[in-house]
Amino acid sequence: MISDLLVQGAQMALVLLLAPLLTGFVRKVKARLQRRRGPSLLQPYRDLLRLTRKEVVLAENASWLFRAVPYLIFAATWVAASLVPTFATGLVFSWSADLIAIIALLGTARFFLALAGMDVGTAFGGLGSSREVMIASLAEPAMLLIVFSLALLAGSTQLSTVATFMTEPGVGLRVTLGMALIALIMVAVAENGRIPIDNPATHLELTMVHEAMVLEYSGRHLAMLELAASLKLLLYLSLIACVFLPWGIATAGAGPLDALVGVAAWLAKLAAGGLLLALLETVTAKLRVFRVPEFLGAALMLGLLGTLLLFVSRSL
Amino acid sequence: MSLLVVLCCVAALLGTAVLGVAAARRPAGRPLVYGASLLLCLLVLAAALDRLLGGGATPALTLPLGLPWIGARFALDPLAAFFLVVVALGGAAASLYGLGYGRHEEAPQRVLPFFPAFLAAMTLVVAAADAFSFLLSWEFMSLASWALVMAHHHEAENRRAGFVYLVMASFGTLSLLLTFGLLAGPGGAYGFAEMRAAAAGGHDVVAALVLALALLGAGSKAGLVPLHVWLPLAHPAAPSHVSGLMSGVMTKVAIYGFLRIVLDLSGGATWWSGIVLLCLGSATAVIGILHALMESDLKRLLAYSTIENVGVIFAGLGLAFAFKADGLGLAAALALTAALFHALNHSLFKSLLFFGAGAVMTATGERDLERLGGLIHRLPVTAVVALAGCLAISALPPLNGFASEWLLFQAVLKSPDLAQWGLKILVPAVGGLLALAAALAAACFVKLYGVGFLGRPRSPAAAGAREVERWMLAAMLGLAALCLAAGLLPGLVIDGLAPVTHSLLGAAMPLQREVPWLSIVPIAESRSSYNGLLVFLFMAISGGLAALAVHRLASRALRRGPAWGCGFPDAVPAGQYSAASFAQPIRRVFGPLLFAAAERVEMPPPGSLAPARFELALTDRVWETLYAPLGRAVGFAADRLNGLQFLTIRRYLSLVFLALVTLLLVLALWS
Repeated sequence: MISDLLVQGAQMALVLLLAPLLTGFVRKVKARLQRRRGPSLLQPYRDLLRLTRKEVVLAENASWLFRAVPYLIFAATWVAASLVPTFATGLVFSWSADLIAIIALLGTARFFLALAGMDVGTAFGGLGSSREVMIASLAEPAMLLIVFSLALLAGSTQLSTVATFMTEPGVGLRVTLGMALIALIMVAVAENGRIPIDNPATHLELTMVHEAMVLEYSGRHLAMLELAASLKLLLYLSLIACVFLPWGIATAGAGPLDALVGVAAWLAKLAAGGLLLALLETVTAKLRVFRVPEFLGAALMLGLLGTLLLFVSRSL
Repeated sequence: MSLLVVLCCVAALLGTAVLGVAAARRPAGRPLVYGASLLLCLLVLAAALDRLLGGGATPALTLPLGLPWIGARFALDPLAAFFLVVVALGGAAASLYGLGYGRHEEAPQRVLPFFPAFLAAMTLVVAAADAFSFLLSWEFMSLASWALVMAHHHEAENRRAGFVYLVMASFGTLSLLLTFGLLAGPGGAYGFAEMRAAAAGGHDVVAALVLALALLGAGSKAGLVPLHVWLPLAHPAAPSHVSGLMSGVMTKVAIYGFLRIVLDLSGGATWWSGIVLLCLGSATAVIGILHALMESDLKRLLAYSTIENVGVIFAGLGLAFAFKADGLGLAAALALTAALFHALNHSLFKSLLFFGAGAVMTATGERDLERLGGLIHRLPVTAVVALAGCLAISALPPLNGFASEWLLFQAVLKSPDLAQWGLKILVPAVGGLLALAAALAAACFVKLYGVGFLGRPRSPAAAGAREVERWMLAAMLGLAALCLAAGLLPGLVIDGLAPVTHSLLGAAMPLQREVPWLSIVPIAESRSSYNGLLVFLFMAISGGLAALAVHRLASRALRRGPAWGCGFPDAVPAGQYSAASFAQPIRRVFGPLLFAAAERVEMPPPGSLAPARFELALTDRVWETLYAPLGRAVGFAADRLNGLQFLTIRRYLSLVFLALVTLLLVLALWS
């Protein structure tokens, strides 16, 4: 029990501490790929610290909701991120939310962010919010179909169970898993607002989605939102890692050495994921907003096909 | 005992209705009628809860009313008791709300008598145990609600709504009449008990006909696509607390009627009926919410969202039917529990949202989202409860809407156990459609709240809004608290529903109160679990800690300044995103297919000072393809038959003679 609690506590601390590093790493790799030197890996931490020390400039008609939203989003994202198995399965609180609930928690965070975008009453906020909900309305069903195909394979929507199932030798290579992986990567790209869906580095108004919603935020509020965005990226990479590359993950009842191996494996997976993400962002161009439905529609179809294939292959 | 209490309350509600006629124009009439309704609803609620949770069968009662040789029979089984809870809860909340809202009613004599009558009628429908009293109460319910829809009959729009509603309601009752005729069989049994016995081992064709007729009759009342057209007209036309009752409660009574007829009386849970319900339900959910997204009228948006939720419930019922037909009792119980749980949840948050809409209308006199905005500053309490309602209806944790949708998704995941290929393939697709509907619902309610309550006021009325009075706030706060409670402790509701699924399916979900930490684990072997309370606590603690840490250790300085407007000073409120522009990306994606959406932009030539124009045309394809031709056909037939009015007496006599001969011929051939 004590060790379970320790694992859970370590996980919560680790995701929080490592999230900005991952963001910094992706930025650095991207910069190197573009033959720039790029900021230091630690730059996101410095940014966060500086932001928390600054005063908040609040729009005149911003309501209490606008001020509460950064903390709400941070809380929802952090809770979601601490329930995804990273270096060990069998987290002590993992039964409080399964994969569907984790996705829905991120949905709650997005709901509040979209509301915050509308709160001040500028055109940019509304623009960001309306595009965000359009993207989400297509990404969520795709995500759910991915969850279906995983759950049909593993017999549960509980992430620990899914991860344990995936480590078993009997799983093998399956077309369904391949489709689910591609669909999940597409959804993750969309959900995190990365190129080709959205550009996290842009400040060109007409192309913004996420940045448009947070345009009015400053100081500690912005710091909370930036941290939540980093956490979300970490969450999605960890999710892909624990479901599709579960090797090295410490199972329930493992010793401290296994946990250390787990941490090392997780870090390696994150680094690989960050590298690939940076590569993807460098080699692709951003899509027009109204091409996004086609992109996500493809993810949706992949998810559905994967689920259907599962039925077909079962009957054979 | 419970049944007796319920019937006494119904009698008292009818008495209150009579009182309402007498006291409508007096100032004491309003508190009297609503106060009495509130008390009686609470009594009914207590009786229904006692029956549902206390167990113990209540004997049926036969009252010497109605047809002389059979009387009117009433009974209270767990299914009826559960829906009675929904009716009484919604009725109590509406009565409490009405105490305050009724003050702003310009024609109380058109509302006060019908409000308790409507409540009594809904209670009677649920308690009825024979076809005659069921149909009579059903028609009474339709007429009472029609009278409430016509309360503000000076507006032409409401008169049209009343007309369409009346036509659809009569049509629905006709279908139900035929359904009961089929169920009664050659023996002509009126009582539900006899019908149940007679239907066992019935023919498949009869079962299919019963399903179709019940879908027409009860489905039209519930708002299934394509029978939904009256709903977004009629529900918003009534005063807001009645809109809440119609959307939140009357649609549930319709679902009760459907369940009673198809699952209980005809015993017809066949796999193909499951397919029909799954297709209808998921299509209804997606089409309903897309309509809601295109809408900028606050109450009509809510009415369309009711259609979505009815679709979700029917999809759950379809799953339950499919599982039951294949002998998977536990999975069927899970799906039925999810559907019923969602019905209860919808009655809570839809009443809450309609009450919120009523509060907004009271405070501003506006119903159009394009003329609202910034209400979070002017209506602080209403804004909080409306936010709770929006979160709940968008199926977001930790509120109740998520709990029931989560259960539904768990039921969808049991689909590999089904035997039929069609179902196996259909169910995951339905799951995807339900997820699409849930995500679109979140978009829709971001729009409602973001345009209506956030931003800057778009009209002087919105800028000068004042918070509404305490009765209305109390009703809304109560409902919001119930939404939160049902979301945090879903296990209690699931256990409460166990007697219902047990009586209908012979199976119930595993008891959730035995799961540690108040989690819910719907399927023991998969161990998928969700704990709303813990998720809520974690979020509260981590958010609170983060806020505390930042405020303690870092800066708490704050300065107010103008919002960034790209360097343009004094941005007008009309420059904000509006309801129509918020929906534009989604309209671009789904509009051409579903609404034949056509956008036209007229740009003045360079140098001209004429304003640019934007026109948006949306058509309701169901109305265009189904109802408009039907209406034209009826009009055409009426025109032709009109000639019969102006015949000579000889022709009339020959017509009578012809009819007589035909009748005799038919009789001769028949026997």
